[in-house]
Amino acid sequence: MEYKVAYRMPESLSKKQFSYCPGCHHGIVHRLIAEVIDELGIREKTIIVAPVGCSVFAYEFFELDGTVAAHGRALAVATGMKRARPDLVVFTYQGDGDLAAIGTAETIHAANRGERVTTIFINNAIYGMTGGQMAPTTLLGMKTTTSPHGRSPEREGYPIHVCEVLKELRGVAYLARTKVNTPKDVINTKKHIKKAFLAQLKDIGFGLVEVLSTCPTNWGMDPLKAGRWIDEYMVKEYPLGVFVDKVGEEK
Amino acid sequence: MTLSFVLAGFGGQGVMLMGQILAQAGMQEGKNVTWFPSYGPEMRGGTANCTVIISDEPVASPIVDTPDVVVAMNIPSLLKFEPKLKKDGFLFLNSSVIDRKPSRNNIRIIEVPANEIADKIGNLKVANMVMLGAIIAATKCVRKESVASALEYKLGEKGSSLLKLNIEAIEAGIRHVGG
Amino acid sequence: MKKIMMKGTEAIGEAAIMAGCRNFFGYPITPQNELTEYMARRLPEVGGCFLQAESEVAAVNMIYGAASVGKRAMTSTSSPGFSLMQEGISYIACAQLPAVFVNIVRGGPGLGDIQPSQGDYFQATKGGGHGDYRLIVLAPSTVQEAVTLTELAFELADKYRNPALVLADGLLGQMMEPVEIEEKQVSYDNSSWALTGAKDRPPRKVTSFNIDPYELEKMNLKLQEKYRKMEQEEPRWEEFQTEDADVLLVAYGTVGRICKSVVRMAREAGLKVGLFRPITLYPYPYKPLEELAKHVSLILTVEMSSGQMLEDVKLAALRLTRIEFYGRMAGVVPTPGEIFDHLMHLIGRR
Ligand SMILES: Cc1ncc(C[n+]2csc(CCOP(=O)(O)OP(=O)(O)O)c2C)c(N)n1
Ligand code: SF4
Ligand SMILES: [Mg+2]
Repeated sequence: MEYKVAYRMPESLSKKQFSYCPGCHHGIVHRLIAEVIDELGIREKTIIVAPVGCSVFAYEFFELDGTVAAHGRALAVATGMKRARPDLVVFTYQGDGDLAAIGTAETIHAANRGERVTTIFINNAIYGMTGGQMAPTTLLGMKTTTSPHGRSPEREGYPIHVCEVLKELRGVAYLARTKVNTPKDVINTKKHIKKAFLAQLKDIGFGLVEVLSTCPTNWGMDPLKAGRWIDEYMVKEYPLGVFVDKVGEEK
Repeated sequence: MTLSFVLAGFGGQGVMLMGQILAQAGMQEGKNVTWFPSYGPEMRGGTANCTVIISDEPVASPIVDTPDVVVAMNIPSLLKFEPKLKKDGFLFLNSSVIDRKPSRNNIRIIEVPANEIADKIGNLKVANMVMLGAIIAATKCVRKESVASALEYKLGEKGSSLLKLNIEAIEAGIRHVGG
Repeated sequence: MKKIMMKGTEAIGEAAIMAGCRNFFGYPITPQNELTEYMARRLPEVGGCFLQAESEVAAVNMIYGAASVGKRAMTSTSSPGFSLMQEGISYIACAQLPAVFVNIVRGGPGLGDIQPSQGDYFQATKGGGHGDYRLIVLAPSTVQEAVTLTELAFELADKYRNPALVLADGLLGQMMEPVEIEEKQVSYDNSSWALTGAKDRPPRKVTSFNIDPYELEKMNLKLQEKYRKMEQEEPRWEEFQTEDADVLLVAYGTVGRICKSVVRMAREAGLKVGLFRPITLYPYPYKPLEELAKHVSLILTVEMSSGQMLEDVKLAALRLTRIEFYGRMAGVVPTPGEIFDHLMHLIGRR
């Protein structure tokens, strides 16, 4: 009898067991990135810059060279790497606190300079790692440990729309917002991630994919409800779509 | 007199609360107390634990090399803390979960089928209170009345409907060790 | 006043409120999140302002802003975040603004871990930021003392128009103990310098800047004068069983109280051991330590770091007696037993 391989672990993932909570989307996105790196055949020259956040161990989960940047500084570290070694493929993996609070300046300027790096941005509307504090992307009315009465625009301002802010910057070559709570969305997200890497590989500019993700633990929901919550609340605040595409269709 | 406790178990077993109530009760009796939790990644590997000290004199070190009392709600806790227990110290075992025997014979072992007893009362969640009842009965560290009032304080108004159930559990624990 | 059980972090928050602080700016970081979260809940109840900043860099500058308009302000963080605040602290010190900082130290260097540590001693007491400035540094060892010293931090910050730091560690931050917190609103007069709008008076400036080196040196001399005064008037420390001691343990904060247990163990073993516990780390209590050093045959300095305070112990006691060191790093907390064993080893009892 002949066997066909129907499923295997991407080569770009290490064998380390993920430390994420059940129902957390970090793991799904990790796998998609690894599949893209495999398909592009760039594993041996790709470097991951992990953030400080729940994905701080991402550098261990990938079978890649990698590092952890200081909180918020991933894109500065990535810039240094890419400028020093343009032949490498460099990507950052960042949460909303890391990318859009403490690292806002680094994010905007790396994008504006059109750094040839790729960023995967996990927007779960919360600080997962530190136990559920308000993120810059926390929805209005959403209760967190530091917005105990619900986020109000008067006190804490509005949820920050990273793609909408970055899309005006001319250094950006690919920019999209997706989610991974259904199989169709998972397949779709992989396409976006691939294009964000191609923006770098084809030397066009900065690429970023924002993935609307769950944090069942700090949202206080079970995984199924958290998945539904993405559609019911997150997508309404953060519309999905492609904001910038200078990569064009793949041949 | 100084008594030191290490209470340990899985995340959801309520060991932190058990320790806090013990410390609160001690304080209400006018004693010096501290409660110190394990925190961070330490919590991931299966055991959460806290150290409680109840003393007649001001508490110096909040951590102890050899506790007087170890409360193990699960197997990893038993493995981790049995070796540290003081000679002749009390080892409380949740025998509903721990299906093995301790290896030392120079300690006082008290087995409490906390889950079964709690289940009989009608709520598995109060297994920690069953254990707490057993602890205060065997060690005489604080009085039952102090624990009851500490519990009332901890549960607050919101949890007042749970008070009766919890006290029942504590009493069942006391009865189990014949206190 | 009734005693209640409180976590160290939360007790510090309540003490700050009782000292009249109504402005808190901070950024989440473990193991001090409970303090930030406490302020998020509590400050609105007392009509205060809590704001989660986008980073520690932003938080420290928000403190600068609130302090410059004459309001009591505070922030709280842990080691990596405190590093990010150094630039701002230097500005605050030079601009002579009162402000209170809390650093719940965790294991380092770098991202390190989140367990208790004292590895930020140098940073706290010897600068950290740029320039010739000093930070008032208070090191509590119990939750009750954390309350007292938080209130004192506001008092000293106001008195000297200088930033003050409560330096604690994850153990004290996470620990619960009974506390009494009394309202302690020290009123202070900032009418001569606070930026309140140039109404009926000439405009005022709060700055950390002067392009003329001679003028800037004058500003520096004023700061130095202030520091000398602090060094005269503010050192605080605790002595425990030192009267007849032949061996002196020196330790601060959490390690200070751990060493109290060591003293008790040693006394039970018939050894004359005492403890010197600095409470102000700047200004450091050099003088009383020097006095004690003359009467003991051994000083053992114990830290949760690699021998940082040891340098101050040597400044006080070098050549007066034998000085030894025991330390753990990176978030490992030394137990009374291991310190005792080390002590026994040093005096040849083991
Ligand atoms: C300078 C500094 N400040 C604060 C922290 C604490 N910290 C660790 S992760 C984190 C936020 C993580 O949130 P996010 O980026 O949204 O990632 P998530 O955990 O949600 O995936 C913070 C504030 C730190 N490590 N360094
Ligand atoms: S805390 Fe939230 S973001 Fe972090 S691993 Fe758990 S579910 Fe994922
Ligand atoms: Mg997040």
